[in-house]
Amino acid sequence: MSLVDDLAAAKAAGDYQRFIDTVPYARFLGLTAALVGDELVTSMRFGDHLIGNPALPALHGGTLGALLESAAIFELLWRAETIVLPKTITLTIDYLRSGGAVETHARGIVTRQGKRVANLRMEAWQADRSTPVATAHAIFLVMR
Amino acid sequence: MADNAKLRFARAFAAGVPHNRALGIEILEFTEDAVLFKLPYDEKLVGHPDTGTLHGGAITALLDGASGAAVFAALTEMVPIATLDLRIDYLRPAEANQAVLARATCYKITKHVAFTRAVAYHDDGSSQETSLRSAIAHSVGTFMVSTRGGPK
Repeated sequence: MSLVDDLAAAKAAGDYQRFIDTVPYARFLGLTAALVGDELVTSMRFGDHLIGNPALPALHGGTLGALLESAAIFELLWRAETIVLPKTITLTIDYLRSGGAVETHARGIVTRQGKRVANLRMEAWQADRSTPVATAHAIFLVMR
Repeated sequence: MADNAKLRFARAFAAGVPHNRALGIEILEFTEDAVLFKLPYDEKLVGHPDTGTLHGGAITALLDGASGAAVFAALTEMVPIATLDLRIDYLRPAEANQAVLARATCYKITKHVAFTRAVAYHDDGSSQETSLRSAIAHSVGTFMVSTRGGPK
């Protein structure tokens, strides 16, 4: 099965995790996704391999960037009527505070959905959602 | 020389970052002018199982790590730094089964803020200029210099 077929089957079954588990890099990061109310929340389990600064300790900025980008892509795939794999054109991450050695959550919000391009903003938080560790915005190509 | 000791320390610090090690990153060059990181191809970093293309997140982590290391290399004394922002333009997908290189430079550093540029590309055996023309991603970043326990 192709990735798009896997995703269609996962959506039909309402089992988003099954789709995530087909992506090797998502398993490497320890990503999970679940609907919380009507929000699709993507989470990154903490693991020692995600550390960027052992002295604090703090998550590697790249792992937060990857989580934020993944949250946006999952949001697009989850909401889209027809499944097209989004291609990231550009991603801008603002690092607000250092990410601690705990689970991190993220969600993406579509600010504009066009025929060719989708714009999203994202936020990532740990224990307290009102103090995000990072925010981001991204633009995706969503054409076949 | 003091400078060499500082560069050796900064290089060892970057090489010891747990996530850089988990990605298999190798440091090929480390000078005050530029750093060159190599991300070997690894199936665990694949984002598209159909094509074997690396996930954009792995490229993000490579560029973030190389950019931070470029700031460390450019510092006159070792102080903590923190990424303020990073913008990445994805120019084309990485080829399956090929390592990705990232060259990062800290092109401006002030008392409080450092500015970086980085390019991710495949080494196709041609000149560096030609390799850069077929770049995978380009990034610009800013870093806070001399943080104590976290940014700002």
